[in-house]
Amino acid sequence: MVRGTVVIEAEDLRRRFGEVVAVDGLSLEINAGEVFGLLGHNGAGKTTTIRLFNGVLPPDGGRVRVLGLDPVREGTLLRRRTGVLTEIPALDGRLTARENLAYYAALYGVPRSRVRRRVGKLLAKFGLSERADELAGNYSKGMQQRLALARALLHGPELLFLDEPTAGLDPVAAREVHALVQDLSQAEGRTVVLCTHNLLEAQRLCHRVAVLEHGRLVASGSPAELVRSLSRGLRVEIELSPEDREVVEALRGLPGILEVVKAHPGILEVKVASHLVLPEIARVVVGAGGSLFRLSPREPTLEEVYFALHGREEAG
Amino acid sequence: MVLVPLVILGGLPALIASVTPLIPPEAMAGMERFMEKLPQALRAELSGLDVEQSLLVLALVYFLAPMYLVVPLMVASVIAADSFAGEMERKTLEALLHTPATDAELFLGKLLSAWIPALGVAAVGFLLYGFVADICTFRALGRLLFPNPLWALLVAWVAPAVAGFGLGTMVLVSARVRTFQEAYQLGGAVVLPLLLLVAGQVTGLLYLDLTVVALLGISLWVVDAALLWYGARTFRRGVLISRL
Repeated sequence: MVRGTVVIEAEDLRRRFGEVVAVDGLSLEINAGEVFGLLGHNGAGKTTTIRLFNGVLPPDGGRVRVLGLDPVREGTLLRRRTGVLTEIPALDGRLTARENLAYYAALYGVPRSRVRRRVGKLLAKFGLSERADELAGNYSKGMQQRLALARALLHGPELLFLDEPTAGLDPVAAREVHALVQDLSQAEGRTVVLCTHNLLEAQRLCHRVAVLEHGRLVASGSPAELVRSLSRGLRVEIELSPEDREVVEALRGLPGILEVVKAHPGILEVKVASHLVLPEIARVVVGAGGSLFRLSPREPTLEEVYFALHGREEAG
Repeated sequence: MVLVPLVILGGLPALIASVTPLIPPEAMAGMERFMEKLPQALRAELSGLDVEQSLLVLALVYFLAPMYLVVPLMVASVIAADSFAGEMERKTLEALLHTPATDAELFLGKLLSAWIPALGVAAVGFLLYGFVADICTFRALGRLLFPNPLWALLVAWVAPAVAGFGLGTMVLVSARVRTFQEAYQLGGAVVLPLLLLVAGQVTGLLYLDLTVVALLGISLWVVDAALLWYGARTFRRGVLISRL
């Protein structure tokens, strides 16, 4: 599929389980070739959204097209073109890694003549060749996750749904998975929908994200766009000595300073409207008798934006 | 799964054939009175045989027939409980539901994966049972007890239906429980009709002739069809995934 074409188009998508609203009027578009993050707390509706997109769960209302297909009526056709990494690897621990892949290759309709080669290639790609004939139940969590990711790629899907791909992994294993996701998108041009509550992961991997709260879309855009649109100003860390009331008061009186907070002993955190205020800050600190050791501006993170959004939703 | 069929189909006939000649004569008199209460048709079948021979035929051909049916029932039930409730418990079902296989294919695949092994075990089990029974009784009877038309019908017609009954029941039970153990414990009640068959024969109320076996098979197939039809209707992705 051509990069930039719309692959998922959801409009007012709704799903409830009894009294619980899992997805509430979700509308969004996901383009070919992008890594799209679905962010939200546990129970925000991320997994249900994937199930709706992949035609595993019918919606109660609204409309969705995935790869040009209706997931409800054309689910079988659609699932031939999508791959899913479920939140739990869901491998059969009584089968070897090779057997797990061969079994799913048959289910995904990989031609019998190509199964052996395809399985071998994926085992090699995910660094599992040497232990391919061990029971998957004996694998470490990281290895199981890699095997489940290999399973999701068996049939060469155009669209991948990855549900919490690094949950429970140690930092090294998580980094390996990040590299694989980047490779899938950049080198292979696949579209990836990534459910996560790891905001650092989303910021690192995703071209665009949608923040879900109680099944509703509360914000969407690229991480940078979200940061720009939802946070006011820039944070600046000032390391100085002595850190006295005079310096703090002088900073508070400076135009363009939005907030002054003592972060740690000897370190002030200042929120400013623009980076143009930075030279003024240096001048004021020195003018007030302080010794300036460091002045570090930094953009707000997606995490800060996310929690700001979450706080706004809770208040609303 | 291996030991129980071996005990029922290999151990029991050997035990019965070995113990029968050891029954003391005073106990045999009691047996004669028991045999007088048997249905007329069954007594006719046993005419010309002495008490020991009659006991062997009664036990191995008639009384143990329902026990033989326990084997395909058990195999089908255990595999079905593992396949339906066990997959839910191990959480391997979700990955399966995300594959392109249709609901009908998944349902049929799960049924056949339990039904075919049950039929295999039933067939091999019958060969073992017949072989052991014939070896152990040939000297006392002077003829082979197996194969015979009654058991041929039992193996080819009733055993597959009994396996289907176990399967259908497990599909229904698995839709309401979350673990393999729960499914197997609740589904264990499927063995009760077979125990009633044993009791019916021992008390002289019923005996398994060709007509009864054929009718038993028909009734089971009808029940199987109803259970599986209902099971297929409830086996829907959307329903299953909502329970995960």
